[in-house]
Order: sequence, then C-alpha cells, then structure tokens
Amino acid sequence: MTADLPRGRTHPLLFSGTDWDFDTIRRIYEAVEEAARNELGLDTYPNQIEVITAEQMLDAYSSTGMPQLYKHWSFGKQFAHHELVYRKGMRGLAYELVINSDPCISYVMEENSAMMQTLVIAHAAFGHNHFFKNNYLFRQWTDAEGIRDYLEFAKGYVASCEERYGQAAVEQLIDAAHSLMNQGVHRYPRRQRLDLKAEEQREAERHAYQERFYNDLWRTIPTGAQQASRQSEDKRRALLELPEENILYFLEKTAPKLAPWQREILRIVRHVAQYFYPQSQTKVMNEGCATYCHYRIMTRLHRQGSINDGAFLEFLQSHTNVVAQPTFDTPYYNGINPYALGFAMMEDIARICNDPRDEDREWFPDIAGKGDADNVLKHIWANYRDESFIAQFLSPRLIREWRIFHVLDNANKNVLEIAAIHDERGYRRIRRALARQYDIAWQQADIQVVDVDLAGDRHLILQHEVVNGILLAEGDTAQVLQNLATLWGYNVILREVDPATRKVLKEHVARATPAIAA
Amino acid sequence: MYIIDRRLNPGGKSFANRQRFLRRAKALVQRAVRDNFKSRSIKDLDQGGEIGITRQGVHEPTLRRAASGGQRDHVLPGNKDYLEGDTIPRPSGGGGGSGSQPGQGGDGEDEFRFVLTKEEYLDLFLDDLELPDLAKRRLMDTEAKEIQRAGYSTTGSPASLAVARTMRLSLARRLALRRPSASEILELEREIARLEQQGGHESQITALKEEYERLVRRNRRISYIDPIDLRYRRYESNPKPVAQAVMFCLMDVSGSMSEHMKDLAKRFFALLHLFLTRCYSHVDIVFIRHTDRAEEVDEQTFFYSTETGGTIVSTALEEMLTIMRQRYNPADWNIYVAQASDGDNMGSDSVKAATLLHDEILPACQYFAYLEVGREEDPMPTGTAPRPSDLWRTYETIATADGHFVMRKVWHRREIYPVFRELFRRRGSNVRGGAA
Repeated sequence: MTADLPRGRTHPLLFSGTDWDFDTIRRIYEAVEEAARNELGLDTYPNQIEVITAEQMLDAYSSTGMPQLYKHWSFGKQFAHHELVYRKGMRGLAYELVINSDPCISYVMEENSAMMQTLVIAHAAFGHNHFFKNNYLFRQWTDAEGIRDYLEFAKGYVASCEERYGQAAVEQLIDAAHSLMNQGVHRYPRRQRLDLKAEEQREAERHAYQERFYNDLWRTIPTGAQQASRQSEDKRRALLELPEENILYFLEKTAPKLAPWQREILRIVRHVAQYFYPQSQTKVMNEGCATYCHYRIMTRLHRQGSINDGAFLEFLQSHTNVVAQPTFDTPYYNGINPYALGFAMMEDIARICNDPRDEDREWFPDIAGKGDADNVLKHIWANYRDESFIAQFLSPRLIREWRIFHVLDNANKNVLEIAAIHDERGYRRIRRALARQYDIAWQQADIQVVDVDLAGDRHLILQHEVVNGILLAEGDTAQVLQNLATLWGYNVILREVDPATRKVLKEHVARATPAIAA
Repeated sequence: MYIIDRRLNPGGKSFANRQRFLRRAKALVQRAVRDNFKSRSIKDLDQGGEIGITRQGVHEPTLRRAASGGQRDHVLPGNKDYLEGDTIPRPSGGGGGSGSQPGQGGDGEDEFRFVLTKEEYLDLFLDDLELPDLAKRRLMDTEAKEIQRAGYSTTGSPASLAVARTMRLSLARRLALRRPSASEILELEREIARLEQQGGHESQITALKEEYERLVRRNRRISYIDPIDLRYRRYESNPKPVAQAVMFCLMDVSGSMSEHMKDLAKRFFALLHLFLTRCYSHVDIVFIRHTDRAEEVDEQTFFYSTETGGTIVSTALEEMLTIMRQRYNPADWNIYVAQASDGDNMGSDSVKAATLLHDEILPACQYFAYLEVGREEDPMPTGTAPRPSDLWRTYETIATADGHFVMRKVWHRREIYPVFRELFRRRGSNVRGGAA
C-alpha cells in the first residue's frame, strides 16, 4: 500500500489491503461503533453480524429477506429468478441484507473486501438499525423483538397444516392469501403494540374461543317483525365492523366457511404483510439515512486514520455508484433512486441547518441556520415517512440541481403535457407531485369491503374508489376475486366507483366454487 | 455484538421451495425441456440449462391498477429544455405513458426464465420412462459378493483385532473389579519408604506393608487385558445385486449411410446411453461398426470415419456375440443392443442374421432396438408406405410381442425423441390405461 499521509492520525490503521478475518471484523465493528456514537450519536438495537456465502444470500433474497419463512412455491420462483440473473452477471448481489429484529441481524457477504465490510457495517448495522429502532412507523407496526419467534411459529404451523390437511390445500390457501396481501394490512393504528411472542399462545386461546364463536351470519332464529331496512343495514354493518379495508382481516374474522387452521394461516400472511408495511413507506428515508450515516462514519474513519487513502478511494467509488441518479432520458433510467434522493435531501438539510441562503430561510424557517444538523436529522428520521419527508423537506435548490419536472399523462389526450418545471411556479407543485408518488394510500388502489348481503345469498360487496379514472387491471382482478370468492364461500362483487359522482364505472363478479378443501 | 460465521451452515435452504415451484409448473417446464432438447447438441444433452416458460403459468395475481387509462403523474429528473406548458408526443410502447413509473414492467415480458440443474433437467426429461424388465433381472442376478462389516465377534484372526473396543472392555472390567492402579501402588511404596526413613511408627509401617502386599497380589490376579476382553472385527459377505449394464451400438457405415443418417443414429444412441446411466451405476459402451466386415472401434471413429464396402449385417452380430462372450457374461451384465442402419443388406445374409438374432442374441440380451434411418428429403408417407427394406422384412419375422425386440423407422431429427419415448414408455401405465 502507499505510504499514509500523517494527517491528524489518532487511531491505528484497521486493515490494509482487501483481506479480512474475524478479528478484523471485530476491530472494524468497534471502530465504526465508536464513530457512530461520537459522530452522530446513533441509538441502535444490539447487532448481530452474520457472514454468509453468495448462495446463502440468494436464499435470503428469495424469502424476502426473512431469516426463515413458511414454504411456498412462489419463494422458489423468486430464487430461480434471482439465481439466473446473478449467474448471468446481469446484476450483482447486494453486499448486505439487514433484518429489522432485536438483535438486529446484518448479513454480510464473504466476497466483500475489508473496506466493503466496513461500509456494510456502517450502513446496515448502524444506519438501518438506527432507523428501525427510532422511526415511528416501525415502532408502531412491527415488533422487532418477537418477529423471529413468530416466524418460527408460522413456519412450524404451516408445516403441521400441510401434514394434516395436505400440501395442495395449504398451497391453494396461501396462493389466495398472497394475492390479497396488499389488502391485508391495517393502515391506521387500532390497538396496542403488536406482541408477536404471544401469538402462539393466542392461537390456542382463539381456537377455544371460536368453538363458542357467535357469527351473525348464522343467525336463524326469526327476529319477529322486520325493522325498517335502513336501520338494520346500519346495524348489520356495525356488527360486521364494516367498511373494512383489511380484507384478510375481515375474512379471518368473518368468513363463514373457513376452518380454524385456514383462519390462522390467513392471519400469518397478514402479519407478514403488516411487518413489511413500514418498509414500503420509508424506502427513501431508510436508505437515505443508512447512506448518510455510512458516508459520515467512513469520512470520520478516514480522517482519524483508521482507514487509508486507498480504501477511502475504493469507498468513494462504491458510494458514488450507490447515489448515482441517471436522468430520465438515459436508457438505464429506472425511476428515482431512493438512495440518491434520500442522501441528497439529507445532505441538503444539513446544509440548510448550517449554511442557509435567503431562499432556505423563507422555505424552512424552522431549521434554517439552526445549526445542530444531526439532531434535526434524527428528529426527521424518527417522525417522518417518505411522503411527509418529501412534502416538507424537498428544497427548491435540490429541485433545481436535479432539474426535476412534472409530466401530466392524460389517456384522453394524445400528447403529454409538462405541468411544472424547476421554477418559482413549479417548486411546490413538483414537491407535492413527488410526495404523492411515495404516498402508499395514493399509490395503491383503495379497495374496501362495504357490505354483505345477509338477507339474500350472502354475497360480499367490495368497492374500489377510483382515483384519476384509473381502473383495476382486468385479468388479475378476475383471478384475485375468484380466490376471494373461494375463501368467502359465496359470490363476490367488486364495484369500481367514481368518487365524485358515485357512478359505478365497472363491476366485477366472481362466483364461489365448491369450498376450499378443509 | 456477535459475529457469526454462517458460511458452513447447510446450504439449499430454498431447495424445498424450488421443488414446489418446479412441481407447480411441471407441465410447462416439461414442455420447455423437451423443446429445448431439440436444439441441443449431443455433447451437452445431459447438462442442465436455462429454459423459459410462459409467465402466465406462474403468475401471482394481485389487486392492482391497470397500466393504461386515466390520468397519471410522472415526476422525473434531468429536464433539459422543457418549459411549463410544453407538450411532447406520447412515447410509443404501451399507452401507460413514458414507462418510467416503477412497477409498470412485468406485463411486457412473456417468459419467465431460469436455470435447471443437470439432475432436474434429466428428471423432467426422462420422467415417466422406464427400462423394460429391469427389476426382474436385478433380482435374478445376485451372484456377485461384497464384503461388509458386521459388528464384532469374540474370535478371529489377530489381524482383525479391534483394539479400541478391546481396550474399552478391559478398562470397564478393571474398574468393575477395582484393580489397583500402578500409581496407587507406587504411592504406597513411597509412603512406606518415607515412614521408614523418618522412623515412623512400627505398627503403622507393618500395616502399610500388608496393604502393599495385598495390592500387588490383587494387581497380579486381575490381569490388565484378559482373554474375555478381546474383540475382533467381523465381516460378512453379502450378495450384491447386479447394477451394471453394457450397451452395444451397432451401425452400418457403408457408403449408403449419409452424414444425416449417422447423426440420427448418434442421437438415438446418446439418448439410450443417457437413460441407461440413470438406471445403472455402471454402463459400458461398445461401438461396433460394419460394412461387409465388422470391428470394434472407439467413439470418434465410429461416428466420423467412413468406410467403403458392401453390407453384411450378420458380421456385426457375430462380432457383438464374440465380445459378449469374452467380456460381458450375460449372467452379470444387463445387455442392451441398439442397431442403426439404412436397411440395406446383402440378400443371402438375411437368413443368417435372423437366425443369429433369434437364437443367440435375443435370449441373452435385455433389449434390442433396431432403428432404421431414412434420408431427410424422403417424404413421410402417410398412406403409401415405401417398399420395406431388406433388413426390415427380415427383422419383422422375428419381432416378438413382448417388446423385447423393437424396430422403428425415422427420417428426421425431431422424430428421435418421440420414438425413444414410445419405446421406453412406462408399461404399467399402459396396462392401466388399457384396463380402464
């Protein structure tokens, strides 16, 4: 290696060259930890770092990054796909994978160079870890402590069901549940923190309770004179807790024909979906936070002499690749890079805190010139999600720098229209439009269970609130509704409704086939 | 903080999921594998490989918005010269707009591609085929012996003494009988010497000496290793089922056989070999080519060198019998014969060939397949069959009903695999189908 420049070096060199052993990793971890605490004051779960091979990384990919998951063919499909892409060299594997659990598990690949391991530890074991522990969405929606035990239980439960009821029946059920996974999350908090640890015990209790389960669908005793229909309709909806947007939850609680084990599996799929719900809403922030942290930590390590110039240059190269944002007209443009956007915005926020211009003072009176950028950022990491983060903190300067513009695409016109560019008139509109792209409630179709025809043939009525005239994809919808009808046991109707005129734009109907094998 | 090395954990965590995936898409994958086979060269016939199946077959539907229609917003970086209010023509390819919104892809690709391992490929490829009479022959031939370990015995030759087991038993016996150890005796000896030197109490010394005597006596009486400790490794010879096969490839290489015909023959041989290697742990191949005389050659010569001369089939059959008698005793070997020819034979030889086949070869071999290869340009006649060749007519007289001897004619590469499948189709399913 080249001779190191004596420049405020207060720390011993952690490694030279690319080789590492477990001792090196321990030293790296300690140095990174010191930097993370002193430089940024990060607050993290305890860490567990696991060294894995490329094949194990592929395994981890295909179970959606979970250390273990129940068995299902779709994960095999994922694996086959990732394997091909990796073997052909079309895409490298991620250098790390981190699991939101307590202790926080980071997988690092054995192929990584010593510098890469440093970067990965700074990025995942401190950046992501801090975000998982502090962001309000994760605190509200996931139970980092219980997730591993719960997955263990889920895997065992599904396996035992396969043994008792046959692989085909379980597979059919999970297929159906997966197709409704996006409609299987609670979007608004309605109860206390999840306690996944107790789930297994609660499964047994629930089982016992359901023996005595009262289900209004089965009421056969005549209730005397028919009441006014309007009143009974409201009452019925209240009894069934309608409308309900968590379709899996509704089925689990109300579907008349499901066996207890089928309800439990729906519940498992629902919990897994819920676990990933915060992740999909915080991609920019999560990656931005981790990237910002690793950048600060690596810079500090270099400044204090823990890594040499060669390693730092290697880091810079890899870092620039990560935060590169191709423009829309390049052939490899693939949407906005969450790493790039998150990192750029956080750098920008730090700049606004420390060195604001007049424009910044006008746009961000709360933080401009306040100094103490780290605490401002930590506050943001804890209390925002992508949508609110962009809506509040995307600065005019960054819009100019990235030359962001907004295109309106109306299917009725044969040209696209430029709605806003990076000028005074456009800043706010661009910011709002971009924030909306990250608003999960805006991006995902709003579909709710609105009613059950209890007096008639018990068909289930769903409603899709159409936004901007975009209907559901026809082929998929027919298949999913068929699955839904099988689970519900009776017919299902989905109406696509225009929110302004309440006009039904389209109606999908699925007929129930003979009940799912129980 | 913990650092855990997971690299040594057993891999293949996704194996079960992968199998489920393959099972689910089995029909599609199988079709893809068979299509894929057509374009493969013989050399890598038994390799795994990349295949594609229709995406629709393994599609996972979700409730999602359509990719087209309605009003959409796109927010993009890198504006060069657009101003507010500008209009741009809709980019071609999908009405969904500029195709820049993540998550819009996936519809376009109609193939899901992935890699099958060699085992998976062959399993799917040769699924539902079986070798005729394989099980029967395996059970019948149990001549070969195999030496196997079979526990311990109390007698045996010194060479097979099981030292570790013997010492363990000896230790157990010594402990049970409380044999005084050497160190115990030595310590007592030292104690006596010390007392004598220091002038210890007389009676104490005497008591110790008596104790010492007792220990030494006991030590002598209870031996360190006793004959009852001895154990010997025991061996048994087990009859070993024969799981080896030899495959004779017979081919006419006279001038009338074109490259195309040889290629057809080669494909058939390659398939048969592949199939045999999956059923038997050991498969030998013998290549015999013939014109008006026959000789055993190596593979390269067999397929690629040309000879001139007439055609006498019986020479090849004779050569095969000679080699079989010399090297492959039918009692030990499962014998498969595949013969490829364009059907020419010298008129006077036919009777001899038929006799040889019927009287000597067929009784000894497991299966005899005759493949008659035709010229590619020959049309495949549906109603009007061409005049059967000399050899075909000869062989027809001995074709038996039990499927022991089969003959087929092919003209084109694409027919090889169907013919092969037809020959080795699982008989059991046939019977069931017939009964139903």
